[in-house]
Amino acid sequence: MTHFFYIFTLALYGTGTVLYLASLVSSSEKIPVWAGRLLLSGCITHLLSTIHLAVKIQHLPLTTLQESLSLFSLVIMTGFIFFERRYHVTALGSFVTPVALLMFGLSAALHGEVRPLPPILQSNWFWIHALLAFISYAAFTIAAGVAVMYLIQTYFLKKKHFSGLFQKLPPLGIMDDISYRCLAIGFPLLTVAIISGSIWSEKAMGSYWNWDPKQTWSLVTWLIYAALLHGRLVIGWRGKRAAILSIAGFVILLVTFLGMKHSIRW
Amino acid sequence: MNIIVVGLSHKTATVEIREKVAFSPNQIEKPLKELVSLDGIVEGIIASTCNRVEIYATTHDIAGGIARIKRFMADYHHISLEELEPHLYAYHSESAIRHVFRVASSLDSMIVGEPQILGQIKTSYGYAAEYKTSGIILNRFLHKAFSVAKRVRTETKIASSAVSVAFAAVELAKKVLGDLSDKTVMLVGAGEMCELAAKHFMNCGAKGVMVTNRTFERAEKLAEEFAGEAVHFDELFQQLHKADIVLSSTGAPHIIISPKEVEDVVKRRKFRPMFFIDIAVPRDIDQKVNDVDGAFLFTVDDLQEIVQANLAQRNIEATKAEEIIDQEIGQFHKWLSTLDVTPTIVAMRSRFEEIRRSEIERAASNWKDMPPDAEKRMDALTIGFMNKLLHPPTTALKKAGQGGRVDLYVDALRQLFDLEAVQEENEELELEE
Repeated sequence: MTHFFYIFTLALYGTGTVLYLASLVSSSEKIPVWAGRLLLSGCITHLLSTIHLAVKIQHLPLTTLQESLSLFSLVIMTGFIFFERRYHVTALGSFVTPVALLMFGLSAALHGEVRPLPPILQSNWFWIHALLAFISYAAFTIAAGVAVMYLIQTYFLKKKHFSGLFQKLPPLGIMDDISYRCLAIGFPLLTVAIISGSIWSEKAMGSYWNWDPKQTWSLVTWLIYAALLHGRLVIGWRGKRAAILSIAGFVILLVTFLGMKHSIRW
Repeated sequence: MNIIVVGLSHKTATVEIREKVAFSPNQIEKPLKELVSLDGIVEGIIASTCNRVEIYATTHDIAGGIARIKRFMADYHHISLEELEPHLYAYHSESAIRHVFRVASSLDSMIVGEPQILGQIKTSYGYAAEYKTSGIILNRFLHKAFSVAKRVRTETKIASSAVSVAFAAVELAKKVLGDLSDKTVMLVGAGEMCELAAKHFMNCGAKGVMVTNRTFERAEKLAEEFAGEAVHFDELFQQLHKADIVLSSTGAPHIIISPKEVEDVVKRRKFRPMFFIDIAVPRDIDQKVNDVDGAFLFTVDDLQEIVQANLAQRNIEATKAEEIIDQEIGQFHKWLSTLDVTPTIVAMRSRFEEIRRSEIERAASNWKDMPPDAEKRMDALTIGFMNKLLHPPTTALKKAGQGGRVDLYVDALRQLFDLEAVQEENEELELEE
């Protein structure tokens, strides 16, 4: 059953992503509408399948890489749908949905092992930590997508290259707004995620901070986004500088998420 | 009844000639009444704008009607027909319908897709309706033209992109800055182009205008026009940070705004994007300003390129528009031809005959022991009855001949007796024969 949901969701996400990419080059007005519908349907089936899984294993599906990738992609897609409704930035879809699709595809390809929940994970602090971390990651992913669009648009404006893509990208001002909103959502969540992670670490292993790769790289991620937020609020960083930093933060984030392992083993 | 169009436009006459034959809107009643009193002209509308003067009329005598209208235009404005005629064009029937549909849809305008022409035609039609010089045909015709124009505007992108430098500037600013309602425009220099662009920005909802000029009084005067603020020229760089959009068009022979100053200003604005347009020749703003992070510089050449690209796009959309117009012409022409008297009379008789026949059949089938010659007698009775009823209206229609009322009657008859279907059947039968 879960498997069926997975395939169905993959198909919906896949066709939605293709349509979003197509909307960059086509002038048809129907394509973005259908892309949106497909994506929304995909999110619904994805959510249902996640709930179904959660009920089956009796806890949030966040403990294996497969589950994490799946949840990460769900939050990204949902976050994007929210921003598209609010700001009408269809073009953002072409930058964000492929990332989410890739993650979901990886998730579907990995083998799911259903084990009983090890005691080390049976702590509320773990759930808070993991859930908040993923929501903040999704926010930063969207911010990075917007940053890429911002750089492209700035390039077009400076070079006076007014192609079809230029017409489709939203105004710089809007991209800036979205970027800020994502930071404002993501950064506090990341902060709480790191803190709750430390508390869980204390309960599980006795110490708050181990300097293991995961924690260290999380700190680096946090510092980059802190600098970005500070720069924006205090010094007034916008534009190219902020965009590049946003993308850098996202790259480090991916390294932290995919590459680094917890020292806590389960 | 035929529709004819006689007139001239920017395509066939220079402004000097157009001036001579323009009809003033304040005094449109007299020429309208004179127009419809011309021999053979039944209905008339005069459309006079800065780019065209056209007369739309209905007549049974195409050649005569056109000739008389040409003479009327010349005589009314006291110029010789020889001088005027080479600039005039004339259309009738289908080409007349096509022409008016195209004009209303702005396909014949100097800038394809411009929005003013439709309003101008509507106003001209309004006068004709007011002074009752347009009747059922032109009324229907113009209403159709308006709906065709609407279709063209909504179904094609003919009117959607900027095709003047000032509009292109506003569109571009929106792309850089987003919503303009909280943005301020700074005019450096008080030239006409600046003023025009500033007007467009204000129309699109910009928050406020600041004006600076070497001569403070000129700045004040222009600022007043926009309820804005005048700035002394030597305070330019102190105030520049307040502006999101800078339009520059001074007569100065050298650079006024250089990259260093813009860098400072941008920092002061905390890198909120800033939009510069340099209209001056020689240029006021150093090209290197474009390399400053957060500043975007455009010259008139850049904007012209955008305009050209948009114009090319409009021409593509124009072909779509022509297709829409083709469809609509077919429909309208069909309606027009149904206003002929003879087919209407034939159709009416058909309808009556149909009813007569079916009633006789019904009566016959319900009549037990019907005598053998009863059917013949019923036929004779009903035919005589029907002919007596139809005789007066038929004669009246034929006699009324050529006049606006006939069309009214014919249209009424068609609607009241639902003759459309009957006419189509008759047409099919004719084809079979």
